[in-house]
Amino acid sequence: MAQDCAVWVYAVAGRIEDDWLDAVPGVDGAPVRAVAAAGLAAAMTSVSLDEFGEGPLRRHLEDLSWLDTTARAHHRVIEIIARHGSVVPMRLATIFHDDSSVADMLTQRRDRFTAVLHQVAGRVEWGVKVYAAGQDSVPARPVAARAGDAQHAAPGATASPGAAYLRRRRAALSATQDNRRAAQASADAVHAALGSLATAAQLRPPQAPQLSGEAARMMLNAAYLVAQDRSPEFAAAADRLAGQHPAVRLELTGPWPPYSFAAVDLGEAARDRTPT
Amino acid sequence: MGGGREPANLGDILERVLDRGLVIAGDIRVNLLDIELLTIKLRLIIASVETARELGINWWESDPWLTSNHRELEEENRRLRDRVAELEDGGAGRREIRARPAETDDEPPARGRGRGRPDRSR
Repeated sequence: MAQDCAVWVYAVAGRIEDDWLDAVPGVDGAPVRAVAAAGLAAAMTSVSLDEFGEGPLRRHLEDLSWLDTTARAHHRVIEIIARHGSVVPMRLATIFHDDSSVADMLTQRRDRFTAVLHQVAGRVEWGVKVYAAGQDSVPARPVAARAGDAQHAAPGATASPGAAYLRRRRAALSATQDNRRAAQASADAVHAALGSLATAAQLRPPQAPQLSGEAARMMLNAAYLVAQDRSPEFAAAADRLAGQHPAVRLELTGPWPPYSFAAVDLGEAARDRTPT
Repeated sequence: MGGGREPANLGDILERVLDRGLVIAGDIRVNLLDIELLTIKLRLIIASVETARELGINWWESDPWLTSNHRELEEENRRLRDRVAELEDGGAGRREIRARPAETDDEPPARGRGRGRPDRSR
């Protein structure tokens, strides 16, 4: 393979057939193919280093529309493989020099891949986000903004305007906190109930409103690994919980490939091969 | 995937394909440090960091996924608690009362003068 080429790897599975991937455009619109080694297979696309070398890649990753298109292309390939069986998704921008270095990686990590593929076999990931249903805006730096009040405070006075202001402020905050506590309690209950139906769970940081597209505060951002045949039960439980907890709104996404539960660290393999 | 409820939004996908902040693996040498990821994520969120802060959105500062200086937020909380205590003691702490622009916090919090702009004059 020419020196200016590299391969972008989407996923590793026990078996990947080329014809699963025929109709799927990969990153950069290029075709996706499978390479087998060590009893495993990897889905990949040949990419040009002009676009996917370090410099160009850095620039691309800063470009939101490129990132959007590429992340979705990456995700699409992983989803298709997941439809056919157990899969270990690779992180975005997992890039190797050529097919043979991918084959080496599969060989070196064979046991780990096999173990993880086994762990997630027959299981899917569900995403659950829980939002506070009531008004719960983030207080915007209130103390500093109104600090002037305090300058009129008579030293030693028990009911200085500053202190009165702070009391009002705290009352308002505590109402907000009550709402938030109720929402948090609901979120915790949802998490406990859904967690009991799942093989594993993972909590992520709540998404910001601009990322989630929701004005409401996100109280829970969780992923659950659920046996495929329990998925209907899981989804029904989520619906039921949504009805039982009016303090929150629940959003279910999935089923996803088991992204959050099938990480295989390639770091060491990469370091072994990378000249310093 | 069939049977899904909500369409996957970009945030949901990126959370999964970027995992915990490590973007790059494989043997092509790409040294993307946290700072790039931060930029990526911030651009997803909003046009600029300043705008975000004006809106009171600074959650990433406490997100260890993104940054190691989340102590900034703790520091601010501590300052606010101190102010409350001082004010309740009779307003002795007025010299402390000044909005500190949050973007100065790469360095250890230098109390008092800082960038020294007499802002908040309204």
